[in-house]
Amino acid sequence: MTRPLREVVFVDGVRTPFGKAKGQYAETRADDLVVKLIRELVRRHPELPPERIDEVAIAATTQTGDQGLTIGRTAAILAGLPESVPGYAIDRMCAGAMTAVTTTAGSIAFGAYDVAIAGGVEHMGRHPMGEGVDPNPRIVSERLVDPSALVMGNTAENVHDRYPAITKDRTDAYAVRSQDLAAQAYADGKIQPDLVPVATRSAELGFGLATTDEPMRPGTTVDDLGKLKTPFRPHGRVTAGNAAGINDGATASLLASEETAKELGLPIKMRLVTYAFAGVAPEVMAVGPIPSTDKALAKAGLTIEDIDAFEINEAFAVQVLAFLDHYGIDQNDDRVNPYGGAIAFGHPLASSGVRLMIQLARQFEEDPSIRYGLTTMCVGLGMGGTVIWENPHWNGEKKGAA
Amino acid sequence: MSTPIETLLADVAKLYSDDEVVTTAHLRKVTLASGKVLGLVTLDNGLDHTRPNTFGPKSLVSLNTAYDAALADDDIDAIAVTGKQFILAAGADLTSLQAGGPDGIRTIAELGHAVFRKISGGAGSAASGPNQRRKPSFGFINGLALGGGLEVALHADYRTVIDSVPAVGLPEVMLGLIPGWGGGYLLPNLIGPENAAKVFIENPLNNGRVLKGLQVRDLGIADVAFNGADFLEQSLVWADKVLTGEIVVSRPEIDRGQAWDDAVAKAAAFVAGKTSGTSPAAAKAIELLTLAKTATADDGFAAEDDALVAMSRTPELVASLYSFELVQKRAKRPAGAPDKNLAQKVTKVGIIGAGLMASQFALLFVSKLKVPVVLVDLDQDRADKGVAYVHAELDKKLAAGRATQDATNRLKALVTGEVDYQKAFGDADFIIEAVFEEMGVKQTVFHNAELVAPETAVFATNTSSLSITEMASKLKNPERVVGFHFFNPVAVMPLLEVIKGEYTSDAALATAFATGKKLGKTTILVKDSPSFIVNRLLGRFMGEVARIADEGTPVAVVDSAFAGVAPMPPYVLIALVGPAIAYHNNETLTKAFPDRFYLSENLHKVVEAGKRSFYGADGKLDPEVEALLTVGDKQLSPEEVRSITLDGLADEIRRMLDEGVASAPEDIDLAMITGAGFQFWNGGITQLLDREGISEKVAGRKFH
Repeated sequence: MTRPLREVVFVDGVRTPFGKAKGQYAETRADDLVVKLIRELVRRHPELPPERIDEVAIAATTQTGDQGLTIGRTAAILAGLPESVPGYAIDRMCAGAMTAVTTTAGSIAFGAYDVAIAGGVEHMGRHPMGEGVDPNPRIVSERLVDPSALVMGNTAENVHDRYPAITKDRTDAYAVRSQDLAAQAYADGKIQPDLVPVATRSAELGFGLATTDEPMRPGTTVDDLGKLKTPFRPHGRVTAGNAAGINDGATASLLASEETAKELGLPIKMRLVTYAFAGVAPEVMAVGPIPSTDKALAKAGLTIEDIDAFEINEAFAVQVLAFLDHYGIDQNDDRVNPYGGAIAFGHPLASSGVRLMIQLARQFEEDPSIRYGLTTMCVGLGMGGTVIWENPHWNGEKKGAA
Repeated sequence: MSTPIETLLADVAKLYSDDEVVTTAHLRKVTLASGKVLGLVTLDNGLDHTRPNTFGPKSLVSLNTAYDAALADDDIDAIAVTGKQFILAAGADLTSLQAGGPDGIRTIAELGHAVFRKISGGAGSAASGPNQRRKPSFGFINGLALGGGLEVALHADYRTVIDSVPAVGLPEVMLGLIPGWGGGYLLPNLIGPENAAKVFIENPLNNGRVLKGLQVRDLGIADVAFNGADFLEQSLVWADKVLTGEIVVSRPEIDRGQAWDDAVAKAAAFVAGKTSGTSPAAAKAIELLTLAKTATADDGFAAEDDALVAMSRTPELVASLYSFELVQKRAKRPAGAPDKNLAQKVTKVGIIGAGLMASQFALLFVSKLKVPVVLVDLDQDRADKGVAYVHAELDKKLAAGRATQDATNRLKALVTGEVDYQKAFGDADFIIEAVFEEMGVKQTVFHNAELVAPETAVFATNTSSLSITEMASKLKNPERVVGFHFFNPVAVMPLLEVIKGEYTSDAALATAFATGKKLGKTTILVKDSPSFIVNRLLGRFMGEVARIADEGTPVAVVDSAFAGVAPMPPYVLIALVGPAIAYHNNETLTKAFPDRFYLSENLHKVVEAGKRSFYGADGKLDPEVEALLTVGDKQLSPEEVRSITLDGLADEIRRMLDEGVASAPEDIDLAMITGAGFQFWNGGITQLLDREGISEKVAGRKFH
């Protein structure tokens, strides 16, 4: 049998406003966050018969409690999707939602699915990083992994050691840029259209409604950041200010084969070019996006110069700067995270991949001179993931060319 | 004129109790997509959904504070009220209502109105009043909303409802109250008098039926329904659109002409049929429905206040609350039942007999216990007929959409017919007999069953009059026999009398109670005695009645004497249970207590003639029956008939309590309510006998 590969498109993406751990979602369940998003995707796309959804893939790093019970399937049932629609749970730590997208996209390209929902959730207030883990003692006894690799902040400090040119001043400046751009994006209404308000329960205050990203700290200055402690090392560089926080939130996207999208009249926000994941030494986890990007570019037959838009997850500012320095991109380059990143919005681990895609789709829509863009992120235990997308609105010009 | 709220707030403070589970009203500002700000009030008593929000004195004050704050805050454009997860509120805190006496009830009634109506009066509301500083308002019915829990939302201009809502209603009339926080006035003005009557008059009198799911929207109580997955979010989006004018809510015009009067007449006829004018609350509810046509909100609410105070003075309220307690609490924890941990597991049920009664048992047991049920009769044909009956009933349920094919397959496969005792009972843990009502026959079938059944198997008998002790006496393990007395129709009547014989072990008794509970029945422990509780009292009742009729009072006069006592006139009841069964019951009782039970020769003749009723199809005394009767010439008035009969009942109940047939008057009432349909709002029978002074007159003391 001959099997033609099919184009995969990003139809739409939505997310909950992100929360601070113990903040606006303190009494809201993780699975409920996902449910609201599935319903919103279905509501926004009446042209999609719900029974045409072939898979609901939802990522979570800690798959117990309200993030357990095969969350993709439970969320589908709770959202009222037809019972014929299956679902599963997925985990690649921070790149959970990204992996949900690439895995279902692979199935679409292969012809197994026509339409899928892919997303992720992490309620870090309820499920702190490392909850219930039981690392194999061989990791220590056989020195398989540097003990510092299990604490993400330590790995970020390790990356500073590797790249002495990345100073604390630079990471703090980058963090301020992220806050400023996020505030500006809010002011310009670039973020809100893809947020799904969530009713938040509080025994103390009564029901409320989450409509904005709680972690944001607009107006943060470099001076403010200079005063923060460096919890991972005395006189270190990584602070709560130049890293993403401990957050709660969920994301979900709608993917389809391009032909199905056309058949149903679904909009196309991005077209998938290719993706790659790569491993690095776990103790310098934050450099992961470099090999994964190299790998993806090579598969796509592109070079970094072909990429006109970047959405890099800001787990740590140092991780972004390592990536940018490697490719010779200025840390203030306006192709990079132009609406701000995780330092401002927050990084609810397994959900973040789709937030990057939502923002890249916004870049594509805003600037038709962009042809290719990428979303990339570092992943715990030494990995990186990169997904390259093509702008369906591309007007044939080259961004930045006179 | 209504009392100023300051006075009410001062008065209500006197009603404060430390026992009140306070439902706090939390006010929180929510900015909607349009930028408008909603003051969202969440009612939350801090407990989980098994303990619903209620409104006691402190709870009302909390809501008042929240509403005042929302009204005073200029940032807030509109107000909404909703509840903690799954629950809006279950209405007034009945304990606090009772505690304050009539004055307290007036304070609570008026304060409820004063607080609830703070958000009412806008467009779309019938309760507009002058000089109210007001903002548009919404009720988000996010879960159970009963009584005051619904009324708090009815005062709002607009309502949304969760599409899976389990219970919405105004059940007050069932409890001897009326919807007194605006429901009696607002609901007819919102959804029309006919639908309102269904909600606050008919449903409460139909065993407290409530509305579910989309019915709430379809009746017009809510303007729109949303799915539970994002009910509050979608309610907020909808409210925002109403506020910005993007959505205009239109409701059907209510016909305030003849149609209103017709609806009232229809409701009144329903009440007359159900209560024969003996439920003051139902009568009051009809008055409120009538008044709602023309009254202003002020007058309508004042009438509700007055009605609530009037109801608080009625013995029917006390009786209703007593019944409520019986049905809600006592029914769930049968008095005198042994430790439930002693109960044995029932994994297979054997039924001796395969006739109609046996088949009904099989249907009930298999449906509820979902274990193998085997019907045993003298030949395979009879056994198979029993199985066929069960299968047909299960198929009917499937056809009606009340069961799935898989569930039907499962149950049908569990029911079998058998002639061989060894095969049928060799591994059964619960064996019930439904054979001919004769001691010798029952002793024989139990003996045969004991030869093959496991030593621990419980033997239950559905006898309505034979001695459990005697039935057990010939067995090797007499401790395994227990009485298990159902009421007809078995599937419908809630009562199951569980009878302890002299030998009955705690394990057998506990197994009987546990099984009864699984069958969905209200179980009551009864001492082994002639006809147990319900049939003994009905026997005395029928005996007194028959003696009076036989002595010369016309049957029609006799039948007119018991409105508000029995669920139906005695000779109508005879037709329902069958004259032969009624006669047989009195035969048993007359044998046991010849001094006071009466066996009617006239009834005997009717039975012999094969007549099913004293009445013909036209509702009049059947001339053929009349020809059979030999009557005297002593004619009594309905009042005399009632008095003599109630004297007899009071006498019998006192004897039953003294003999230990039932452990308390509460069990007698619970039995009569659930087994004979005696009125809830009367508190069964003993409350009525106490308040009319009959118990004291007859037995020298009250029952309570």
